[in-house]
Amino acid sequence: MSLHQETVLISGHIIDSLILAKVLDIILMMGGAFNLEDVRIGATREEPSRARIVIRASSTTLLDDILKAIQPHGACAEREADCRTAEAPADGIFPDDFYATTHLPTQIRLHDQWIDVDRIEMDLGILVDAQGATARSIPMADVRQGGRIVVGRDGVRVTPLQRPRERDVFGFMESQVSSERPHHHIITDVASRMRQLRERHRQGQTDSTVLLAGGPAIIHAGGRDALTWLIEQEFVHLLFCGNALAAHDMEADLYGTSLGYGLAAGRAVPHGHEHHLRTINRIRAIGSIEAAVTSGVVKQGIMAACVRQNVPVVMAGTIRDDGPLPGVITDSVLAQNAMRAAIPGVGLALLVASTLHAVATGNLLPATVPTVCVDVNPSVPIKLSDRGSFQAVGLVMDAASFLSELARLLGRSV
Amino acid sequence: MTRLLVCPPDYFGIEYEINPWMRLSNRVDHERAVQQWHGLMRVFEQDLGVTLERMTPVAGLPDLVFTANAGVVVDCTAVVSRFRYPERQREEAYFEAWFRGHGYAVVTLEKALFFEGAGDLLGFPDCWFGGYRQRSDIRAFPHLSERFQREIIPLELVDSRFYHLDTCFCPLSGGDLLYFPPAFDSYGRSAIVQRVPKDRQLPVPEGEALQFACNAVCIGKHVVLPSGCPATEHLLQARGYHTHSVPLDEFMKSGGSAKCLTLALD
Repeated sequence: MSLHQETVLISGHIIDSLILAKVLDIILMMGGAFNLEDVRIGATREEPSRARIVIRASSTTLLDDILKAIQPHGACAEREADCRTAEAPADGIFPDDFYATTHLPTQIRLHDQWIDVDRIEMDLGILVDAQGATARSIPMADVRQGGRIVVGRDGVRVTPLQRPRERDVFGFMESQVSSERPHHHIITDVASRMRQLRERHRQGQTDSTVLLAGGPAIIHAGGRDALTWLIEQEFVHLLFCGNALAAHDMEADLYGTSLGYGLAAGRAVPHGHEHHLRTINRIRAIGSIEAAVTSGVVKQGIMAACVRQNVPVVMAGTIRDDGPLPGVITDSVLAQNAMRAAIPGVGLALLVASTLHAVATGNLLPATVPTVCVDVNPSVPIKLSDRGSFQAVGLVMDAASFLSELARLLGRSV
Repeated sequence: MTRLLVCPPDYFGIEYEINPWMRLSNRVDHERAVQQWHGLMRVFEQDLGVTLERMTPVAGLPDLVFTANAGVVVDCTAVVSRFRYPERQREEAYFEAWFRGHGYAVVTLEKALFFEGAGDLLGFPDCWFGGYRQRSDIRAFPHLSERFQREIIPLELVDSRFYHLDTCFCPLSGGDLLYFPPAFDSYGRSAIVQRVPKDRQLPVPEGEALQFACNAVCIGKHVVLPSGCPATEHLLQARGYHTHSVPLDEFMKSGGSAKCLTLALD
């Protein structure tokens, strides 16, 4: 976490005396930042006012210096308590009053020290290790009886997102969604990020992975070639999808159709509806997608590119899946865990043309990961933001247009 | 009738250095100090008809003479000081005993909350000002404000020579304010302007501020101040006050003057 913060309280006749103004000026002049929280102005001259100030600084030293400078003016660190924990009563059950996480950077106070909660994700609990030295978020299903889980809100603090240094579309950190907003500058910013992330990924730097979570509409709409190119050119490093995207991608390779429609001709071909079933059956017979690609049965496309580029693919099954393909994880909890395990290191998430996978992935992403949600249906990015992924930039457009434009900006010539 | 708490200077002297005025090498002429103190008392008792309550001096407590720092008195309640420096902390018990012995309800602040009495808390009937940073802790004022239901505007003392508010700030009975503006920062000066209109302010020149012109005692339309402050006297007279200047330079060696030597009891 790059930000260090402390909450201070100040009370008394702090308004007309300009003491509050002085404290805030000191914080700014020293290079810190603040959020004024819970300011209560006295209703009469005699009644005192009170303010709670969250101070942020780029280092602990600066934070300490600021605290020392404002302390003589009556701004004192809030008396902070360690967080409370309780034992999980049984496997898969949190104690009552468990703290439910957000996807914002979170710290808990243990033995008078603030420590980061690892792998923060929304809607989980916080598990403290037996020594009380580390903490991580934990899904309800994973908790084991006796695990120490944070309860209540004392000793837990959440850091608001810092505005990113890059002055691009992600800097606004707002998820206004409109089909009537221009797209081009957003896609340009995404391309620019991806160019930088490719370099960083090649150098093995942290948080440089580009994740794409997509639905089969990418294939139906004609975005397959562009996405294949993006994977081949090392712009995408991790793929989340379901049975359908993989099945239709390989159907396109084996039969030239997507869900029975000829991709080139643009119309249904005779018995085309069987193609994806025959594709799934063929891959099941071979045993794995990887074997189908390495044996040369599947030659081109998204899955082939992933196998060749060693791009990990997590395929999460759904109740309506045909087959499914080998490798599709049909237990939702296991699928969620597999996606979760792949999240650390993600530096950009593209959620394209899938309500299910967009929301599922959004739930797993920390708020610090720049996220774009692309769908022809405005309800998808709206749903994503309503469910808490406020950092996601919504783009109402079709998947193929988005991917083609993105690839073009990144140097693909058509 | 005004009542003031005073303490004869039997044991007054400089035995330590806890403000920029105090120099162990700058010895007090004790006989002269006693004369000056009695001269001041004469003005109060004979010229102004003030009732003086005399504390019993204590050997080894040279600053007990500065009764302004005993605490603050509001009606029948006394808040006893909590001194910042250990040298003066031994005075607390004597001041407290005096207040208790004279029927005051005594209020004490928590140990670490430094508050040096009327030296750092002054004001007009409806608005008080609290000096902080040098001696008193700003966090003491919300407690006092709540206790007495008064607004207390904290003012940071930015010049260590003016280490108590009463060394640079003196509210007068007519709503006027005698003060030395450079002893405060711009926030403090702006806060003062909000409560005291410009035409009520009597800023003293630096030379006289350093003679502790502001360490004055105002009783009705009479102001008792140290001698050597003619410009200040002129300012006061122009506003209709009668001035009474008293030589107190022996006490200046310790960083105190007329006001420091008294505590208003009523």
